[in-house]
Amino acid sequence: MAEIPLNECCYRLNHLDRSWDIDVYMANGGYEVWKKVLAGELTPQEIIDEVKTSNIRGRGGAGFPTGLKWSFMNRHAPGPKYILCNSDEGEPGTFKDRDILRYNPHQLIEGMMIAGYVIGANAGYNYIRGEFWEPYKRFDNAVKQAYEAGLLGKNILGSGWDFDLYTHLGAGAYICGEETALIESIEGKKGQPRFKPPFPASYGLYGRPTTINNTETLASIPMILAKGGKWFADLGVPGAGGTKIYAVSGHVEKPGNYEVRMGTPFKDLLSLAGGVWKGRKLKAVIPGGSSTAVLPAEKAMKMNMDYDSIAKAGSFLGAGSVIIMDETTDMVKALERLTWFYYEESCGQCTPCREGTGWMYRVVHRIRTGKGRPEDIEMLKDVSGKIMGRVICGLGDAASIPVASFLEHFEHEFRHYIEHGCSIYDRA
Amino acid sequence: MIKIEINGQVVEAHEGDMLIDVADSADIPIPRFCYHKKLSIAANCRMCLVEVEGAPKALPACATPVTDGMKVFTRSPKARAAQKAVMEFLLINHPLDCPICDQGGECELQDVAFEYGDDVGKYSEAKRVVPDHDVGPLIATDMTRCIHCTRCVRFGQEISGLMELGAVGRSEWMEITTFVGKSITSEISGNIIDLCPVGALTSKPFRYKARAWELKAAPAIAAHDSLGSNIEVHTYHGKVMRVVPRENEAINEVWLSDRDRFAYTGLYAEDRLTVPMVKRNGRWEEVEWEEALEAVVERLKPFLNSPQDIAVLASPNATVEELYLLRKLTDALGVRRREWRLRQQDFRVEVPLGLKLGLDEVEQLNHVLVVGSHLRHELPLLNLRVRKAQLAGASVHMLNPMDYASTFDIADRLIVKPSEMVRQLAAVAKAAGAELPAGLSDVPVTDQHHAWAEALKQDKSAIFVGGVARMSRHYAELAALAAVLGEKTGASVNILPLAANEMGAQALDFAGESFNDMLEKGAKAVITLGVEPEYDTLWGERAVQMLEQAELVINLTPFANARAREYSDILLPVATAYETAGTLVSATGTWQSFKQVTDAPGDAKPAWKVLRVLGNVLDVDGFDYIHADQVLEEARQAVTEVGAEIAMPDTFVAGGELEVVPSLALYSTDMVVRRAEPLQQAAGAAVAETVSRLETEKVVLCCGETCVELPNRQDEAVAEGAVFEPVAIDETLTVPAVCAEVRA
Repeated sequence: MAEIPLNECCYRLNHLDRSWDIDVYMANGGYEVWKKVLAGELTPQEIIDEVKTSNIRGRGGAGFPTGLKWSFMNRHAPGPKYILCNSDEGEPGTFKDRDILRYNPHQLIEGMMIAGYVIGANAGYNYIRGEFWEPYKRFDNAVKQAYEAGLLGKNILGSGWDFDLYTHLGAGAYICGEETALIESIEGKKGQPRFKPPFPASYGLYGRPTTINNTETLASIPMILAKGGKWFADLGVPGAGGTKIYAVSGHVEKPGNYEVRMGTPFKDLLSLAGGVWKGRKLKAVIPGGSSTAVLPAEKAMKMNMDYDSIAKAGSFLGAGSVIIMDETTDMVKALERLTWFYYEESCGQCTPCREGTGWMYRVVHRIRTGKGRPEDIEMLKDVSGKIMGRVICGLGDAASIPVASFLEHFEHEFRHYIEHGCSIYDRA
Repeated sequence: MIKIEINGQVVEAHEGDMLIDVADSADIPIPRFCYHKKLSIAANCRMCLVEVEGAPKALPACATPVTDGMKVFTRSPKARAAQKAVMEFLLINHPLDCPICDQGGECELQDVAFEYGDDVGKYSEAKRVVPDHDVGPLIATDMTRCIHCTRCVRFGQEISGLMELGAVGRSEWMEITTFVGKSITSEISGNIIDLCPVGALTSKPFRYKARAWELKAAPAIAAHDSLGSNIEVHTYHGKVMRVVPRENEAINEVWLSDRDRFAYTGLYAEDRLTVPMVKRNGRWEEVEWEEALEAVVERLKPFLNSPQDIAVLASPNATVEELYLLRKLTDALGVRRREWRLRQQDFRVEVPLGLKLGLDEVEQLNHVLVVGSHLRHELPLLNLRVRKAQLAGASVHMLNPMDYASTFDIADRLIVKPSEMVRQLAAVAKAAGAELPAGLSDVPVTDQHHAWAEALKQDKSAIFVGGVARMSRHYAELAALAAVLGEKTGASVNILPLAANEMGAQALDFAGESFNDMLEKGAKAVITLGVEPEYDTLWGERAVQMLEQAELVINLTPFANARAREYSDILLPVATAYETAGTLVSATGTWQSFKQVTDAPGDAKPAWKVLRVLGNVLDVDGFDYIHADQVLEEARQAVTEVGAEIAMPDTFVAGGELEVVPSLALYSTDMVVRRAEPLQQAAGAAVAETVSRLETEKVVLCCGETCVELPNRQDEAVAEGAVFEPVAIDETLTVPAVCAEVRA
């Protein structure tokens, strides 16, 4: 295996001592792009063009092209506009943004400043998940440092441009990672997704035009502009540029975050993480976080870690949250836990998700506790199918996909439970 | 206009209209729960999913704007599959306890499930159970039945302006509830009963009384304020079981105040009069109608030679027909001493009542000045219209003796005691350029007064003078100054009618003598129609004394309390508005006739029929009506033009250091409402306490030598120097607000 280049973008400073300090950041080229922007050396249009050239797609999970998203905003529209950073990182298996907040907060701040400038927003909010107390303090302190350095606030560096940045700590609801629920939450309301349209670009925070990007996306921007969109695009594959942080968890020797180039073969990523735990065999992989479809080992081992290749394998890159399951994994138990998560986290607003997630959990739970019925498998397929596509936000779909995919690839394990009242690994 | 196709049928629509509205106007059924035409779009129930050509997923019709050429399918396999899926989900946790649910038979969930649900459910797990909280005497909750459509929550946020219900918790644990330990207190809370598509929120007074399909529904007009809300009265075996709103965009839209909705619960109070009674030798005897009417003739005869000894009191809630016949009858007997303006103490000048603006025009106002009104309590649904105007950008100024809790934002307020209200209003008038008579011309004018005057000069401005002003001893000045201000600024001046038929009484020119004069002169014989003088006037015990001192009291009334049984000599049981045909003239001057919904209990008869026969037995000509319509027709001919002028009084009533302000509770307004037990347990019931800024636990109120001690509630919302005294309750009858003074 050739040497795999690591940490070229968002994690480029993570190895340094006190990498979260503004001095360290500035000693490594930090805020240079921001100063160029303020000096007028980079116009908003040039920035958008460069971001488009970079082929960066949203790192939060949906993979929407960032340059295109920014171009939806009319910079000169009157009235306030907002840039929001989604650091709510709540998807099971996902922990990549946490290390940006902890180790490279200034690069994220610089990315937000630039994004705000491009869309004409004089204020930004970083919404950080409630459990991230340490990252929250780290980031908030970085914001203070940036203010003290005169990089945030009114008339920044004499440019006439104002930008204020607020750190907002969530309160522990997965749904607040959904962009409109996040907006509602910042507004002080219950975190519930809004019906779209209107989209945030026209009716967002406080009813104003708003752009929301993921932490990793925004933290990549200063590097894209410092080194050029082409540099970034060339790191990746056609259609998806750059590096990508993969949060590898589960049955591996060295779980953790790995920032590698888009398109890295899955097997190489697995090797980076030290291979499967205790030398066991790989059974299954959830490649993009709990809401993406599970893949059996043989399919996973053939895929590369980019949007198209994973889609071809039958799943989705998502937020790059790779959950590794070894040959001892009880897939019924695994799904039981996942269905519980979605049941617990559904916001309760719309009918199919509120009612359907609990139904799915109860049936899987019943199967796992040995009380399954032959018709349960068809029922689970039926219920998950009835939720999908009929809800306000993505949570309903996210809850259905694991159920459908676990049954697609591992139905025999569920049947075993139903017929024998126990797992395929249990001695009868 | 654009054209879209629904199920192959071409339908015209406006670009951007929501699909569900377009389908509704073309009578194409689309099932729904969370959608309601008066509320914002939530799109949370997902029941209205339909197929739209080109859209990969089924779309909610309530939140999908139409575009030209759009092709929609509401019954295609894709649409049906979505609708049936949502229905299945809605039913899994629903208790399906229809047999014991009050909503059964008129339940939206039941109706839609009939078409979209399966007859057997696949769900076999435990169902969700939600604990209930007591939210007050009007609304029963069975939250296990809730389908989380949030109509009730949105009603509070968007319509009533009181956010008393919210959705807490998430997922299956999401629950519609009040804030911890709170009950529902809104004066229009009952509307959430109508809004709730299932049996989660039902009427507590109606609970388990009858099934929807057993009820007979009849249209009627609500008779507990002047708005003239259109209602439907539901009866079971001839008894009124409940009242619901009947849609009328021009008046009550789809809403109803709690007072109009729940007042019916007072109809069958214990002291309901069901048999004519005549007092002989100090003892009551139940008699037949014929005998009772003979007794009226016999006992009234001695007084007919001196008609100036006879006085007549009628309720301002009485119908046009009743008031007209009573006037015609007494006119024929030469009696002129008639009065209906019972909650008024200041008769120095004639004040024409009327809401000159249509309620739709109220919504369009740019500015409103409220003078002496607790709008939310006096006319709850007018308050809604003003709220709508305010939300649309209108500014509202309040001149009141108390900063009443409002359901919308008040741009500026002057909270002063009544005598000071006169001076403040005078200052605004002066700022507007009015020349004021001596005594008021010296009021200092500040920037605030100028700003208030300027605000009134805007296009579409209005002044509302309400019940607090009407009951005050400064009514004449306040009304006259409002008129001057209207003249100078172009704002429309509206002296708000309060009771159900004040406009009718005014149009019929019923009043012949002010109540003050009547009290002073006294009367040897009195005829009363639907009046409890101790509660319906501001004079309390003194009004009763007038009747006690009379030699003869003939009382036409639906109820007879202990006092009435003392002072009356003949009790004639008459119907309430629910039990008679009649006409009420609304605040805006709309004459609304209604048919008799049901018979009054026992031998009680509609008052117009009683008066008609009385005319016969008293040998008065022209009392041969067969039908109430004939009376109405004649009454219409008798209508007199009401002048618009309000003269400035010659003298001004001085203020005091502490001024007693009569305070009428939301649920003390009339004899039916006062007997409605659920309302008397609700937040709007009268409380025997004074409200003031005084830092004291007790306040002593005295009329001359008679004193009453009341607990005092200290409230910073009350103007300095004002002490609110509850009227129409037993505790304050001996010290009525007309004469009460605070004793140190």
